[in-house]
Amino acid sequence: MKARVIVMPKQAVLDPQGNAVRDALHHLGLDAASVVRVGKFMEIDLADAGDRPALETKLHALCRDLLSNPVIEDYRLELGE
Amino acid sequence: MRFAVIQFPGSNCDQDCLHALRDDMAQEAEYVWHKTDSLAGFDAVVVPGGFSYGDYLRCGAIARFSPVMAAVKTAAADGPPVFGVCNGFQILCESGLLPGALIRNRSLQFVCEEVGLRVETSDSPFTCAIPVGTILRMPVAHGEGCYFADHETLRDLETHDQVLVRYVDAKTGEPVAAANPNGSLANIAGVCNRERNVFGLMPHPDRACNRRLGSEDGKRIFQSVIDTLAGRRPAPKDDAVLAPVGA
Repeated sequence: MKARVIVMPKQAVLDPQGNAVRDALHHLGLDAASVVRVGKFMEIDLADAGDRPALETKLHALCRDLLSNPVIEDYRLELGE
Repeated sequence: MRFAVIQFPGSNCDQDCLHALRDDMAQEAEYVWHKTDSLAGFDAVVVPGGFSYGDYLRCGAIARFSPVMAAVKTAAADGPPVFGVCNGFQILCESGLLPGALIRNRSLQFVCEEVGLRVETSDSPFTCAIPVGTILRMPVAHGEGCYFADHETLRDLETHDQVLVRYVDAKTGEPVAAANPNGSLANIAGVCNRERNVFGLMPHPDRACNRRLGSEDGKRIFQSVIDTLAGRRPAPKDDAVLAPVGA
């Protein structure tokens, strides 16, 4: 099983990296790019993960505690093959 | 006084802190490896700067789970001063001991320069020996020092007088945008917790304790801690009534 975690800066948080990428897209001809936000994508291979609801609860806790910082980021967790 | 200087893999200002405390401030100071789970016998704790765990994931995100951080939390709850510089500030924010977070500098550039800092309150163990409004000069060196907190947290910080130092123009003492090296909200350079015994700041007092380094202003922060520990100045009370900034 794989867990995929997407972490994005919150809307209220300034993302200068996203702005720099947006400017580069403009420079390369994609004038339509209005907002770019840069986040993180993490893929976790899970061997013999056991009870799925318990696993999901554990993963959400780890997303909040370690993989994202709730002060500045939101996360999305996807569990699948 | 006996200071603990925490060492994580990737700390690189641990020696600066130890040197400043021992040689410039004439205090006892010892390294404490991050695997240690007790800080018994120390009067104060310094979390130094650097790149703990390579800054992987987020600055301070992995260091906060080191065994020693449980001991730092226990120390913080008991009341001894806990003091984070640069990466130490990031670790204290990640661990929830201080409010807010430190994000990528607005310029996206690593800043390495001297800044002006205005002391916003003397009501803390870290600034009690420094009159309000004093301008200190010390260096910053970081890529992720832009202080961020939501509106409510910012309002709380100001209401409870928790912003101890702000980036200002060293000549005029004004917190102008040009004096802000990283885009921090409200020019915030350092904050303390509500109980006032945990303090973090991005600038380096540890690199400003000797005239040969260009400034001795960092000594005044260390001296405040030493004075507090020696009981020469009353430690701030939990129930102190504090006027909001600007009142």
